[in-house]
Amino acid sequence: MCRGVAIGALLVLALVNGCGTEQKWLSAPVVDSAKGSVNSPARVAPKSGLTYQSSDTQQLQQDEFSNPGMLAVDAGERLWRSAPADETPACADCHQSMRGVALRYPKVAHHNGPLENLEQRINRCRSEHQQQPMLAYESSELLALSAYIGQQSNGMQITVQIAPEARTYFEAGKDYYYQRRGQMNLACHHCHELNAGRQLRGDLVSQGHGNGYPAYRLEWQSVGSLQRRLRFCNVGVRAEPHDYGAQEYVNLELYLRWRAAGLTVETPAVRR
Amino acid sequence: MTGNVRISLPQSAKPGEIVRIKTLISHPMHNGFRSDSRGERIPRDIITTFTCHYADRLVFRAELQPGIAANPYLTFSAKIDVSGEFRFTWTDQQGKVVEETRYLAVDV
Repeated sequence: MCRGVAIGALLVLALVNGCGTEQKWLSAPVVDSAKGSVNSPARVAPKSGLTYQSSDTQQLQQDEFSNPGMLAVDAGERLWRSAPADETPACADCHQSMRGVALRYPKVAHHNGPLENLEQRINRCRSEHQQQPMLAYESSELLALSAYIGQQSNGMQITVQIAPEARTYFEAGKDYYYQRRGQMNLACHHCHELNAGRQLRGDLVSQGHGNGYPAYRLEWQSVGSLQRRLRFCNVGVRAEPHDYGAQEYVNLELYLRWRAAGLTVETPAVRR
Repeated sequence: MTGNVRISLPQSAKPGEIVRIKTLISHPMHNGFRSDSRGERIPRDIITTFTCHYADRLVFRAELQPGIAANPYLTFSAKIDVSGEFRFTWTDQQGKVVEETRYLAVDV
């Protein structure tokens, strides 16, 4: 069934290319000003993924009780307050409020380390200060902690500051965003800039902002990280997804945060 | 069976008042037809029964089926007459039970 659809889709692309009237969105040149510049907002006003959801899904997110992502936030709070082992501090023993923290990631670790996202920072804290093994990416524990930390920034506005030491990672993330990939030969911007708001089969294409992650996706029936969503996008254009925690995705997360400047954090969001 | 539960119920109500109760429990509700990333069939694992007792009287009961999505969310109402305990129980197909209680006081 899946293979049938894949072959069908390729045939359609081949036909479009073959008859010499290549659709505009496949060949549209990248206008440089559309990318904006560092520390100046992008040209198009950002629209949260929430606006592309059905009213039922929007209500589910906005009702703090019935939002199923709050189950992960509750679990994260319990983990936060409990010591992982005897004589080991709990997260809450060192940290107070984490409001605003999620907005600062990905960032470059202070001792000249690589660009790090929130999940990697949680794991570094775990190994350095709690002497615990790192949590697997996409494990329910790591998702619970990142959802709990992210939720504390809920409602805060995303800012555009990119630190000088993060510039090269930011540029790499931006290049990734505009790089065509996969059998479909599509870059992120072909869907999420040139065709945002238009129909892709039964769905509306969103602008592709990550302001609600970790988010509860109805399709996954669970909470998932932004990187899980990015892997899903890669598979969608029939490209090989990178491993969880890959530098390419962390760079892209930084670029996406910049791109989402002006939106508010919605963690834990509900998406279809 | 994971026991991560959220319950919304007012702490007090007037006699004769109808209160709205909301419950949410984290559970994968595997329907037995999905497969994992290696193509292996994930066995069926669902909550089969939910009950709510108020002052030892059954006020709401639901039988859940494999078609119900993960993290079942149930909402219902109850008419309040006496102060008493609400007892919520979820039973899965292995017979494991998660139980939560909340106390509701009647305003005099």
